[in-house]
Amino acid sequence: MTRAQHDYDDIPGTFVFDAERSRQGYHLNMFCMSLMKAENRQAFKADEEKYLDRFPLTPEQREAILKRQYNRMLELGGNIYFTAKLGATDGHSFQHMAAVMTGSTQEDYAKMMLAGGRPIEGNRSKSGANKAKKAKPRSRSKSGTKRRG
Amino acid sequence: MARVIAGVSSSHVPAIGAAIDNNRTEEPYWKRVFSGFEKSKEWMAKAKPDVVVGVYNDHASSFSVEIIPTFALGCAAEFPPADEGWGPRPVPVVKGHPDLASHIAQSVILDEFDLTICNKMEVDHGLTVPLNLLFGSPEEWPCPVIPLAVNVVQYPPPTGHRCYMLGRAIRKAIETYPEDLKVVVFGTGGMSHQISGPRAGLINSKFDKAFLDNLTKNPKKLARIPHIEYMREAGAEGIEMVMWLIMRGALDDKVDEVYRFYTVPASNTAVGHIILENKKAAGRKTKRAAAPFKSALRGGRP
Repeated sequence: MTRAQHDYDDIPGTFVFDAERSRQGYHLNMFCMSLMKAENRQAFKADEEKYLDRFPLTPEQREAILKRQYNRMLELGGNIYFTAKLGATDGHSFQHMAAVMTGSTQEDYAKMMLAGGRPIEGNRSKSGANKAKKAKPRSRSKSGTKRRG
Repeated sequence: MARVIAGVSSSHVPAIGAAIDNNRTEEPYWKRVFSGFEKSKEWMAKAKPDVVVGVYNDHASSFSVEIIPTFALGCAAEFPPADEGWGPRPVPVVKGHPDLASHIAQSVILDEFDLTICNKMEVDHGLTVPLNLLFGSPEEWPCPVIPLAVNVVQYPPPTGHRCYMLGRAIRKAIETYPEDLKVVVFGTGGMSHQISGPRAGLINSKFDKAFLDNLTKNPKKLARIPHIEYMREAGAEGIEMVMWLIMRGALDDKVDEVYRFYTVPASNTAVGHIILENKKAAGRKTKRAAAPFKSALRGGRP
Protein backbone atom coordinates (compact mmCIF):
# COMPACT_ATOMS: atom_id res chain seq x y z
CA MET A 1 0.00 0.00 0.00
CA THR A 2 1.44 3.38 -0.91
CA ARG A 3 1.24 6.29 1.42
CA ALA A 4 -1.27 9.04 0.64
CA GLN A 5 0.38 12.28 -0.48
CA HIS A 6 0.20 15.38 1.69
CA ASP A 7 1.38 18.98 1.43
CA TYR A 8 3.73 18.41 4.38
CA ASP A 9 5.60 15.64 2.54
CA ASP A 10 7.40 18.50 0.82
CA ILE A 11 9.12 19.55 4.06
CA PRO A 12 12.66 18.19 3.88
CA GLY A 13 14.04 15.84 6.52
CA THR A 14 10.70 15.52 8.27
CA PHE A 15 8.36 12.62 8.97
CA VAL A 16 5.04 14.04 10.07
CA PHE A 17 3.38 11.73 12.59
CA ASP A 18 -0.06 11.68 11.03
CA ALA A 19 -2.99 9.28 11.38
CA GLU A 20 -1.56 6.87 8.81
CA ARG A 21 1.85 6.67 10.50
CA SER A 22 0.21 6.43 13.90
CA ARG A 23 -1.78 3.43 12.76
CA GLN A 24 1.25 1.85 11.11
CA GLY A 25 3.46 2.50 14.13
CA TYR A 26 1.01 1.66 16.90
CA HIS A 27 2.87 -1.38 18.23
CA LEU A 28 6.27 0.20 17.72
CA ASN A 29 5.16 3.14 19.84
CA MET A 30 3.55 0.89 22.43
CA PHE A 31 6.82 -1.03 22.66
CA CYS A 32 8.61 2.28 23.35
CA MET A 33 5.94 3.23 25.87
CA SER A 34 6.53 -0.04 27.72
CA LEU A 35 10.09 1.14 28.42
CA MET A 36 8.68 3.65 30.90
CA LYS A 37 8.73 0.81 33.43
CA ALA A 38 12.04 -0.19 34.99
CA GLU A 39 11.29 -3.93 34.89
CA ASN A 40 10.54 -3.72 31.17
CA ARG A 41 13.75 -1.82 30.50
CA GLN A 42 15.60 -4.57 32.30
CA ALA A 43 13.88 -7.34 30.37
CA PHE A 44 14.55 -5.56 27.08
CA LYS A 45 18.21 -5.06 27.86
CA ALA A 46 18.58 -8.70 28.94
CA ASP A 47 17.27 -10.07 25.63
CA GLU A 48 16.14 -7.54 23.04
CA GLU A 49 14.91 -10.07 20.47
CA LYS A 50 12.88 -11.98 23.01
CA TYR A 51 11.37 -8.83 24.49
CA LEU A 52 10.32 -7.61 21.04
CA ASP A 53 8.39 -10.86 20.55
CA ARG A 54 5.80 -9.40 22.94
CA PHE A 55 4.80 -6.88 20.25
CA PRO A 56 3.36 -7.64 16.79
CA LEU A 57 5.96 -5.57 14.93
CA THR A 58 6.68 -5.80 11.20
CA PRO A 59 10.10 -7.25 10.29
CA GLU A 60 11.16 -3.75 9.14
CA GLN A 61 10.17 -2.16 12.45
CA ARG A 62 11.92 -4.90 14.35
CA GLU A 63 15.12 -4.40 12.40
CA ALA A 64 15.00 -0.61 12.83
CA ILE A 65 14.62 -1.01 16.59
CA LEU A 66 17.43 -3.56 16.93
CA LYS A 67 19.75 -1.46 14.78
CA ARG A 68 18.67 1.81 16.47
CA GLN A 69 17.82 3.34 13.11
CA TYR A 70 15.94 6.33 14.49
CA ASN A 71 14.95 7.93 11.18
CA ARG A 72 13.74 4.58 9.85
CA MET A 73 11.61 4.16 12.98
CA LEU A 74 9.97 7.53 12.29
CA GLU A 75 9.37 6.52 8.69
CA LEU A 76 7.72 3.29 9.86
CA GLY A 77 5.31 5.07 12.16
CA GLY A 78 7.38 5.78 15.24
CA ASN A 79 6.90 9.08 17.02
CA ILE A 80 9.84 10.97 18.43
CA TYR A 81 8.40 11.28 21.96
CA PHE A 82 8.09 7.50 22.00
CA THR A 83 11.37 6.57 20.29
CA ALA A 84 13.12 8.92 22.72
CA LYS A 85 12.26 6.40 25.42
CA LEU A 86 14.37 3.81 23.59
CA GLY A 87 17.23 6.31 23.46
CA ALA A 88 16.84 6.95 27.18
CA THR A 89 16.88 3.21 27.86
CA ASP A 90 20.25 3.12 26.09
CA GLY A 91 21.35 5.93 28.39
CA HIS A 92 21.54 8.53 25.63
CA SER A 93 20.66 12.19 25.96
CA PHE A 94 18.17 13.68 23.59
CA GLN A 95 20.88 15.65 21.86
CA HIS A 96 22.69 12.41 21.13
CA MET A 97 19.60 11.08 19.36
CA ALA A 98 19.10 14.32 17.48
CA ALA A 99 22.71 14.18 16.33
CA VAL A 100 22.25 10.59 15.13
CA MET A 101 19.10 11.51 13.19
CA THR A 102 20.87 14.41 11.50
CA GLY A 103 23.93 12.34 10.64
CA SER A 104 26.12 14.50 12.82
CA THR A 105 28.26 14.01 15.91
CA GLN A 106 26.79 15.15 19.19
CA GLU A 107 29.56 17.72 19.52
CA ASP A 108 28.91 19.23 16.10
CA TYR A 109 25.16 19.19 16.68
CA ALA A 110 25.53 20.97 20.02
CA LYS A 111 27.78 23.56 18.35
CA MET A 112 25.19 24.14 15.63
CA MET A 113 22.51 24.71 18.28
CA LEU A 114 24.68 27.16 20.21
CA ALA A 115 25.33 29.06 17.00
CA GLY A 116 21.57 29.57 16.54
CA GLY A 117 20.40 26.20 15.23
CA ARG A 118 19.82 24.87 11.75
CA PRO A 119 18.88 27.82 9.55
CA ILE A 120 15.50 27.88 7.83
CA GLU A 121 17.02 29.16 4.59
CA GLY A 122 17.51 26.19 2.28
CA ASN A 123 15.49 23.92 4.58
CA ARG A 124 11.93 24.89 3.74
CA SER A 125 11.02 22.74 0.80
CA LYS A 126 12.16 19.70 -1.11
CA SER A 127 10.70 20.79 -4.39
CA GLY A 128 11.06 24.54 -4.12
CA ALA A 129 7.28 24.58 -4.47
CA ASN A 130 7.07 26.88 -1.49
CA LYS A 131 8.98 29.59 -3.32
CA ALA A 132 7.07 29.10 -6.53
CA LYS A 133 3.77 29.59 -4.71
CA LYS A 134 4.92 32.89 -3.30
CA ALA A 135 6.12 34.08 -6.69
CA LYS A 136 2.80 33.48 -8.42
CA PRO A 137 0.74 36.33 -6.99
CA ARG A 138 3.52 38.78 -7.90
CA SER A 139 3.50 37.83 -11.57
CA ARG A 140 -0.29 37.99 -11.62
CA SER A 141 -0.27 41.47 -10.13
CA LYS A 142 1.37 42.70 -13.34
CA SER A 143 -1.94 42.29 -15.09
CA GLY A 144 -3.46 44.59 -12.54
CA THR A 145 -5.48 42.08 -10.53
CA LYS A 146 -4.51 42.06 -6.90
CA ARG A 147 -5.23 38.84 -5.14
CA ARG A 148 -5.15 38.20 -1.49
CA GLY A 149 -3.19 35.14 -0.45
CA MET B 1 -17.09 36.89 39.78
CA ALA B 2 -13.91 35.27 38.46
CA ARG B 3 -11.86 37.09 35.86
CA VAL B 4 -8.82 36.56 33.65
CA ILE B 5 -6.21 39.13 34.59
CA ALA B 6 -3.33 38.03 32.38
CA GLY B 7 -1.84 35.45 30.08
CA VAL B 8 1.64 34.00 30.18
CA SER B 9 3.35 31.98 27.48
CA SER B 10 6.53 30.02 27.84
CA SER B 11 8.45 27.19 26.25
CA HIS B 12 8.44 23.97 28.26
CA VAL B 13 11.72 22.35 27.21
CA PRO B 14 12.34 19.17 29.26
CA ALA B 15 16.06 19.99 29.56
CA ILE B 16 15.07 23.13 31.51
CA GLY B 17 13.37 20.86 34.03
CA ALA B 18 16.41 18.60 34.15
CA ALA B 19 18.66 21.63 34.77
CA ILE B 20 16.43 22.64 37.72
CA ASP B 21 16.22 19.10 39.09
CA ASN B 22 20.00 18.61 38.89
CA ASN B 23 20.93 22.04 40.31
CA ARG B 24 22.54 23.26 37.12
CA THR B 25 20.74 26.59 36.88
CA GLU B 26 23.88 28.58 37.72
CA GLU B 27 25.91 27.14 34.84
CA PRO B 28 26.44 29.86 32.18
CA TYR B 29 24.47 27.94 29.53
CA TRP B 30 21.43 27.64 31.80
CA LYS B 31 21.83 30.98 33.55
CA ARG B 32 21.23 32.64 30.17
CA VAL B 33 17.85 30.89 30.06
CA PHE B 34 16.81 31.28 33.71
CA SER B 35 17.83 34.94 33.98
CA GLY B 36 15.09 35.69 31.46
CA PHE B 37 12.48 34.58 33.98
CA GLU B 38 13.65 36.57 37.03
CA LYS B 39 11.39 39.53 36.26
CA SER B 40 8.54 37.16 35.48
CA LYS B 41 8.75 35.62 38.94
CA GLU B 42 8.57 39.12 40.45
CA TRP B 43 5.57 39.90 38.27
CA MET B 44 3.91 36.64 39.29
CA ALA B 45 4.52 37.32 42.98
CA LYS B 46 2.68 40.63 42.56
CA ALA B 47 -0.09 39.29 40.33
CA LYS B 48 -0.85 36.52 42.88
CA PRO B 49 -3.38 34.59 40.80
CA ASP B 50 -5.96 32.54 42.68
CA VAL B 51 -6.01 29.96 39.90
CA VAL B 52 -3.86 29.14 36.86
CA VAL B 53 -5.31 27.48 33.77
CA GLY B 54 -2.28 25.71 32.31
CA VAL B 55 -2.48 24.86 28.61
CA TYR B 56 0.20 22.32 27.70
CA ASN B 57 0.77 19.08 25.91
CA ASP B 58 1.59 15.65 27.18
CA HIS B 59 4.67 13.99 25.68
CA ALA B 60 3.78 10.29 25.72
CA SER B 61 3.74 10.37 29.52
CA SER B 62 0.13 10.33 30.67
CA PHE B 63 -1.32 9.66 27.22
CA SER B 64 0.21 7.07 24.88
CA VAL B 65 -1.13 6.27 21.41
CA GLU B 66 -4.03 4.38 23.01
CA ILE B 67 -6.15 7.44 23.66
CA ILE B 68 -5.44 10.77 21.96
CA PRO B 69 -7.82 13.49 23.15
CA THR B 70 -7.61 16.77 21.25
CA PHE B 71 -8.49 18.84 24.33
CA ALA B 72 -8.39 17.19 27.77
CA LEU B 73 -9.36 19.27 30.79
CA GLY B 74 -8.12 18.19 34.19
CA CYS B 75 -11.04 18.26 36.62
CA ALA B 76 -9.37 16.22 39.39
CA ALA B 77 -8.41 17.48 42.85
CA GLU B 78 -4.76 16.76 42.16
CA PHE B 79 -2.40 15.77 39.38
CA PRO B 80 0.77 13.88 40.33
CA PRO B 81 3.92 14.47 38.29
CA ALA B 82 4.28 11.69 35.69
CA ASP B 83 7.17 9.24 35.55
CA GLU B 84 8.75 10.20 32.23
CA GLY B 85 11.15 7.29 32.29
CA TRP B 86 13.58 8.64 34.89
CA GLY B 87 11.15 8.70 37.80
CA PRO B 88 8.68 11.55 38.38
CA ARG B 89 10.16 15.08 38.53
CA PRO B 90 10.78 16.13 42.16
CA VAL B 91 8.14 18.86 41.99
CA PRO B 92 5.02 19.36 44.11
CA VAL B 93 1.82 17.58 43.18
CA VAL B 94 -0.30 19.96 41.12
CA LYS B 95 -3.48 20.77 43.04
CA GLY B 96 -6.47 21.36 40.81
CA HIS B 97 -9.62 23.41 41.21
CA PRO B 98 -12.30 20.80 40.49
CA ASP B 99 -15.18 23.20 40.96
CA LEU B 100 -13.97 25.84 38.52
CA ALA B 101 -12.68 23.14 36.15
CA SER B 102 -16.01 21.38 35.92
CA HIS B 103 -17.73 24.74 35.51
CA ILE B 104 -15.40 25.47 32.58
CA ALA B 105 -16.05 22.01 31.09
CA GLN B 106 -19.79 22.45 31.30
CA SER B 107 -19.70 25.94 29.86
CA VAL B 108 -17.37 25.29 26.92
CA ILE B 109 -19.08 22.01 25.94
CA LEU B 110 -22.36 23.90 25.66
CA ASP B 111 -20.37 26.41 23.61
CA GLU B 112 -19.68 23.50 21.23
CA PHE B 113 -16.11 22.65 22.26
CA ASP B 114 -16.21 18.90 22.82
CA LEU B 115 -13.67 18.53 25.61
CA THR B 116 -12.49 15.32 27.16
CA ILE B 117 -12.88 15.46 30.93
CA CYS B 118 -10.03 13.91 32.92
CA ASN B 119 -10.76 13.03 36.53
CA LYS B 120 -7.48 11.19 36.78
CA MET B 121 -4.38 12.43 35.04
CA GLU B 122 -0.65 12.73 35.61
CA VAL B 123 1.17 15.79 34.33
CA ASP B 124 4.61 15.90 32.72
CA HIS B 125 7.28 18.54 32.13
CA GLY B 126 4.99 20.26 29.63
CA LEU B 127 3.07 21.70 32.58
CA THR B 128 5.56 21.57 35.43
CA VAL B 129 8.49 23.31 33.69
CA PRO B 130 6.51 26.53 33.07
CA LEU B 131 5.27 26.37 36.69
CA ASN B 132 8.92 26.26 37.81
CA LEU B 133 9.86 29.12 35.51
CA LEU B 134 7.10 31.34 36.88
CA PHE B 135 6.91 30.21 40.50
CA GLY B 136 10.41 28.88 41.16
CA SER B 137 10.75 25.68 43.17
CA PRO B 138 8.48 26.05 46.21
CA GLU B 139 7.40 23.27 48.58
CA GLU B 140 3.87 23.63 47.25
CA TRP B 141 2.64 25.45 44.12
CA PRO B 142 1.19 28.76 45.36
CA CYS B 143 -2.24 28.28 43.75
CA PRO B 144 -4.47 25.63 42.19
CA VAL B 145 -3.74 24.81 38.55
CA ILE B 146 -6.28 23.51 36.05
CA PRO B 147 -4.39 21.55 33.38
CA LEU B 148 -5.64 21.63 29.80
CA ALA B 149 -3.77 19.07 27.70
CA VAL B 150 -3.83 19.60 23.94
CA ASN B 151 -2.87 16.96 21.39
CA VAL B 152 0.05 18.28 19.37
CA VAL B 153 1.75 14.89 19.08
CA GLN B 154 -0.34 13.21 16.40
CA TYR B 155 -1.09 15.34 13.34
CA PRO B 156 -3.33 17.22 13.10
CA PRO B 157 -3.47 19.22 16.31
CA PRO B 158 -6.48 21.53 16.59
CA THR B 159 -6.16 24.54 14.29
CA GLY B 160 -4.87 27.83 15.62
CA HIS B 161 -8.31 29.32 15.07
CA ARG B 162 -9.98 26.57 17.07
CA CYS B 163 -7.51 27.14 19.88
CA TYR B 164 -8.10 30.88 19.83
CA MET B 165 -11.87 30.39 19.96
CA LEU B 166 -11.53 27.86 22.79
CA GLY B 167 -9.61 30.50 24.71
CA ARG B 168 -12.53 32.87 24.27
CA ALA B 169 -14.98 30.24 25.45
CA ILE B 170 -12.81 29.52 28.50
CA ARG B 171 -12.79 33.20 29.35
CA LYS B 172 -16.56 33.35 29.03
CA ALA B 173 -16.79 30.35 31.36
CA ILE B 174 -14.48 31.95 33.91
CA GLU B 175 -16.48 35.17 33.85
CA THR B 176 -19.66 33.32 34.74
CA TYR B 177 -18.09 31.64 37.77
CA PRO B 178 -19.57 33.28 40.87
CA GLU B 179 -16.55 33.30 43.15
CA ASP B 180 -14.24 36.32 42.96
CA LEU B 181 -11.07 34.72 41.56
CA LYS B 182 -8.11 36.14 39.67
CA VAL B 183 -7.13 33.74 36.90
CA VAL B 184 -3.94 33.66 34.83
CA VAL B 185 -3.91 31.50 31.70
CA PHE B 186 -0.65 29.83 30.64
CA GLY B 187 0.02 28.88 27.02
CA THR B 188 3.10 26.69 26.77
CA GLY B 189 5.33 24.94 24.24
CA GLY B 190 7.36 26.16 21.29
CA MET B 191 8.93 28.22 20.04
CA SER B 192 10.58 27.07 16.81
CA HIS B 193 12.09 23.63 17.15
CA GLN B 194 12.34 20.33 15.40
CA ILE B 195 13.57 17.36 17.37
CA SER B 196 12.82 14.61 14.87
CA GLY B 197 14.35 13.48 11.58
CA PRO B 198 17.27 14.76 9.53
CA ARG B 199 16.06 18.39 9.81
CA ALA B 200 16.27 18.30 13.65
CA GLY B 201 17.79 21.41 15.17
CA LEU B 202 15.81 23.82 13.01
CA ILE B 203 15.36 27.27 14.55
CA ASN B 204 13.61 30.22 12.93
CA SER B 205 14.03 33.31 15.08
CA LYS B 206 12.42 35.54 12.49
CA PHE B 207 9.23 33.49 12.61
CA ASP B 208 9.31 33.40 16.41
CA LYS B 209 9.77 37.15 16.81
CA ALA B 210 6.97 37.91 14.37
CA PHE B 211 4.80 35.44 16.30
CA LEU B 212 5.52 37.26 19.57
CA ASP B 213 4.76 40.63 17.96
CA ASN B 214 1.48 39.42 16.54
CA LEU B 215 0.53 37.60 19.71
CA THR B 216 0.31 41.00 21.35
CA LYS B 217 -0.98 43.11 18.49
CA ASN B 218 -2.69 40.91 15.97
CA PRO B 219 -3.64 37.49 17.32
CA LYS B 220 -6.36 37.04 14.72
CA LYS B 221 -3.67 36.99 12.06
CA LEU B 222 -1.88 34.22 13.95
CA ALA B 223 -5.12 32.29 14.26
CA ARG B 224 -5.14 31.97 10.46
CA ILE B 225 -1.68 30.36 10.19
CA PRO B 226 -2.18 26.92 8.64
CA HIS B 227 -0.45 23.87 10.10
CA ILE B 228 1.84 23.46 7.09
CA GLU B 229 3.31 26.90 7.80
CA TYR B 230 4.11 26.11 11.44
CA MET B 231 5.73 22.81 10.46
CA ARG B 232 7.65 24.24 7.53
CA GLU B 233 8.77 27.50 9.14
CA ALA B 234 9.00 26.65 12.85
CA GLY B 235 9.83 22.94 12.69
CA ALA B 236 7.68 19.83 12.97
CA GLU B 237 7.38 20.27 16.73
CA GLY B 238 7.07 24.08 16.50
CA ILE B 239 3.39 23.42 15.82
CA GLU B 240 3.02 23.43 19.63
CA MET B 241 2.64 27.19 19.34
CA VAL B 242 -1.06 26.75 18.54
CA MET B 243 -1.43 26.31 22.31
CA TRP B 244 -0.34 29.89 22.89
CA LEU B 245 -3.47 30.97 21.03
CA ILE B 246 -5.73 29.43 23.68
CA MET B 247 -4.06 31.74 26.19
CA ARG B 248 -4.40 34.69 23.84
CA GLY B 249 -8.06 33.97 23.12
CA ALA B 250 -8.78 34.21 26.83
CA LEU B 251 -7.56 37.83 26.91
CA ASP B 252 -8.94 41.16 25.70
CA ASP B 253 -8.45 42.03 22.03
CA LYS B 254 -6.11 44.80 23.18
CA VAL B 255 -3.61 43.89 25.84
CA ASP B 256 -0.54 45.35 27.51
CA GLU B 257 2.65 43.44 26.82
CA VAL B 258 4.44 43.74 30.13
CA TYR B 259 7.39 41.44 29.49
CA ARG B 260 9.08 39.41 26.78
CA PHE B 261 12.12 37.16 26.64
CA TYR B 262 13.67 35.17 23.81
CA THR B 263 16.84 33.12 23.64
CA VAL B 264 18.36 30.35 21.51
CA PRO B 265 18.89 27.57 22.40
CA ALA B 266 17.76 25.51 25.35
CA SER B 267 18.83 22.07 24.22
CA ASN B 268 17.12 21.81 20.79
CA THR B 269 14.65 24.62 21.15
CA ALA B 270 14.15 28.38 20.87
CA VAL B 271 12.87 29.64 24.21
CA GLY B 272 10.17 32.28 24.05
CA HIS B 273 8.25 33.88 26.87
CA ILE B 274 5.72 36.69 27.08
CA ILE B 275 3.40 38.20 29.69
CA LEU B 276 0.25 39.94 28.51
CA GLU B 277 -2.11 41.78 30.84
CA ASN B 278 -5.68 42.68 30.22
CA LYS B 279 -5.87 46.46 30.18
CA LYS B 280 -6.89 48.21 33.37
CA ALA B 281 -6.45 45.00 35.29
CA ALA B 282 -6.70 47.12 38.41
CA GLY B 283 -9.94 48.95 39.25
CA ARG B 284 -12.01 47.12 36.69
CA LYS B 285 -15.08 46.77 38.84
CA THR B 286 -17.15 49.20 36.80
CA LYS B 287 -16.01 47.70 33.54
CA ARG B 288 -16.67 44.16 34.74
CA ALA B 289 -20.37 44.81 35.16
CA ALA B 290 -20.77 45.06 31.40
CA ALA B 291 -18.60 42.10 30.54
CA PRO B 292 -21.16 39.25 30.47
CA PHE B 293 -23.31 41.28 28.11
CA LYS B 294 -20.33 41.95 25.86
CA SER B 295 -19.20 38.35 25.77
CA ALA B 296 -22.72 37.19 25.00
CA LEU B 297 -22.76 39.50 22.00
CA ARG B 298 -19.36 38.28 20.91
CA GLY B 299 -20.33 34.63 21.09
CA GLY B 300 -23.49 35.25 19.09
CA ARG B 301 -25.46 33.32 21.69
CA PRO B 302 -27.03 34.52 24.90
